[in-house]
Amino acid sequence: MMRGRDLAQPLDGRCRVLALAGTALAGVGLGYGAAHFFSDSIAYWGVVSVPFFITLRVVIPATLIAGVTGIASGYILAKGRFPGRDLLETIGSLPIILPPTVIGFYLLEVLSPGSEVGGLVTRVVGHVLVYNVAGCIIAATVAAFPFCMRAARSAIEGVDPSLEQAARAMGIPNWRVALQVTLPLARRGIASGLTIGCARALGEYGATLMVGGDINGKTRTLSLAILDSFTTPERNAMLLILVLLAIMAMTGVGLLGQTRS
Amino acid sequence: MTSALSVKATRHIGEFDLDVAFTVESGISVLFGPSGAGKSLTLALIAGLLRPDTGAITINDQVVTDCARRLYVSTQDRRIGMVFQDGLLLPHRTVLDNVALAVRQASGRRARRAIARSWLEQVGAEALAERRPGSLSGGQRQRVALARGLAGDPALVLLDEPLSALDVAVRRELRALIRDVIISSGIPAVLVTHDIDEAEEIGDVVIGYDEGRVTGQRIVEHPRGPEPQGDAPEGAETS
Amino acid sequence: MTGLIPHSWLNWLRIPPWVWNPLSVSLHAALEATVVVAVLGIALGYALAKGRFPGRGAIETVFSLPMALPPTVVGYYLLTRMGGPGPIRNFEVHLFGHPLTFTFTGIVIAQIVESFPYCVRFSRAAISAVDPRFEQAARAMGMSRWKIPFLVTLPLARRGVVAGVAMAFGRAMGDFGATMIVSGSVPMATTMPIALYNAVLFGTHQQAMVLALVQVVVSLAILLGVSRLGKVRPW
Repeated sequence: MMRGRDLAQPLDGRCRVLALAGTALAGVGLGYGAAHFFSDSIAYWGVVSVPFFITLRVVIPATLIAGVTGIASGYILAKGRFPGRDLLETIGSLPIILPPTVIGFYLLEVLSPGSEVGGLVTRVVGHVLVYNVAGCIIAATVAAFPFCMRAARSAIEGVDPSLEQAARAMGIPNWRVALQVTLPLARRGIASGLTIGCARALGEYGATLMVGGDINGKTRTLSLAILDSFTTPERNAMLLILVLLAIMAMTGVGLLGQTRS
Repeated sequence: MTSALSVKATRHIGEFDLDVAFTVESGISVLFGPSGAGKSLTLALIAGLLRPDTGAITINDQVVTDCARRLYVSTQDRRIGMVFQDGLLLPHRTVLDNVALAVRQASGRRARRAIARSWLEQVGAEALAERRPGSLSGGQRQRVALARGLAGDPALVLLDEPLSALDVAVRRELRALIRDVIISSGIPAVLVTHDIDEAEEIGDVVIGYDEGRVTGQRIVEHPRGPEPQGDAPEGAETS
Repeated sequence: MTGLIPHSWLNWLRIPPWVWNPLSVSLHAALEATVVVAVLGIALGYALAKGRFPGRGAIETVFSLPMALPPTVVGYYLLTRMGGPGPIRNFEVHLFGHPLTFTFTGIVIAQIVESFPYCVRFSRAAISAVDPRFEQAARAMGMSRWKIPFLVTLPLARRGVVAGVAMAFGRAMGDFGATMIVSGSVPMATTMPIALYNAVLFGTHQQAMVLALVQVVVSLAILLGVSRLGKVRPW
């Protein structure tokens, strides 16, 4: 005799027990590690706080810039009717798999006052954009942008066009339809893109290293500082903060998309 | 007296409340009623895709669902065949492969394909054997789906609005085909439809459905239809 | 590793060794990593898409962490776990005769960890998008539940799954931080991203340009392929 079941539960009891056991084990391990790390974190907060605040100063603006530009370009890709949209998206997606050193190399080409293009850019902006926080922000933005753009495009394309048509039929102008109908309906997908983008900005290492210059107290973010701290006692504190920030970034922004309905 | 199918089941889904009981003999039984009456839900309960809240279901006198005993035979082990509204043929397999995958009674690729081919001949689709489902017309697709539903030598074949996605001319043509092929196979069938002409043209028995209840059961005479090979001709003794 | 293509071909193609050596290391390591990632990642993606077990969200977050953590942290963990004294190192010595840090295999493992989340997320999205009625139809015709994933679900999800494997390959090729820490600067273990970094620091601008361009072309090719594979994707 076979045990049947509703389609809602395709995994059987054994798998569920295994999964529960695995989750419990992971929970106990994380708890133990966190307690261990937490005591260190307080002791070394003075040392760790410097790269921590630099990280915040980099990640928050980077996520905002990548979010705004990503949503805008995702909207254009989703709604625009021009050839080469997929090619544009592909080029915009390059930072997802392009080695960070390649990104860093090209950013230096474009931004460094020593190069031809970079010299021009520096004169136009009136501000040097490498080896300072601005460089770090640019590197992190580039890392985060593709996720925001791709998620925004998928989510906006997933919005039922009849809802937008209904809004237009009520006489609402196009820009308000975009802001009040399309984007709110697409917010879950957009939020998940921002989540990953923020997380990537947080973990960005190679390009930040090359464009920011890894200057202690100025452009050394947690991702960079962790490398030097591997031999020092504040290592655990940094690891804890990074893991916590990563988990917060992965879950926190995602919750934003779910709670408002 | 053996019964091909007996259903006595209740199931709540949100606001909807299904509470039905009926028994059918061999031949083709039609569940007829407006959409939202619970016909397709009944098929899902018979197939074991969903569980009823209470009640019991037997197929060919074998208990497949019995809520009191917490007995639920899995869909795979119910020896049923199914034909869906839009066919649901696997798009990555050829027509012949789709039918051969459903063959249970033979092991070995060659034997299964031979059986599948003979079913494709019965539904007049042998020329389509090497095609992909994506290149078929709606009518061709449903012919193949019918062959696939019958090819596993099921104890019962379930057809869920098999013609409602087709246009009128194709629908007429396929009504006769469905009846002929199923009757000559001798496999009992339950067909769901909301089209009364379709119900009377295909079915031996029409079971009326409305708002989750059975409203009546009626025998249809088929004077010119082909004689069934099964043991109970046209369910005539069920009055 | 450099034996992937005969040297006479290299001469004929005029690929200089400072391009070909790191490129062949990258290709070789990424291929090995991708094979492992494909098997494990598709399996986990399937479990996450179809399973209804508690802790799914936690599992997904844990396996997505390598996307959010700096690759240096991932590399550090691997370095201490694989290279530091302990059971894992003993196991490596038992299996391979030596610890795996500062070796080619170490790079492969670093790349596996870094690229794994991409394969999982794409597979999961693609498998979730398969119409469950195809699986119901397969069950109704008596197909066993162990066959349905291989004969029905994965073939229907194949475009997204292949896209995920391609993304994983791209990520494996592109990993810098984790590889650098696990491998040190062993010449046998210099991948393309590390070769570029070295070229920027110590080499000529010409070399850096060429190395960067090669990697842009490879990444672009992969992403173009992924975009041709359709719309089902995690972001």
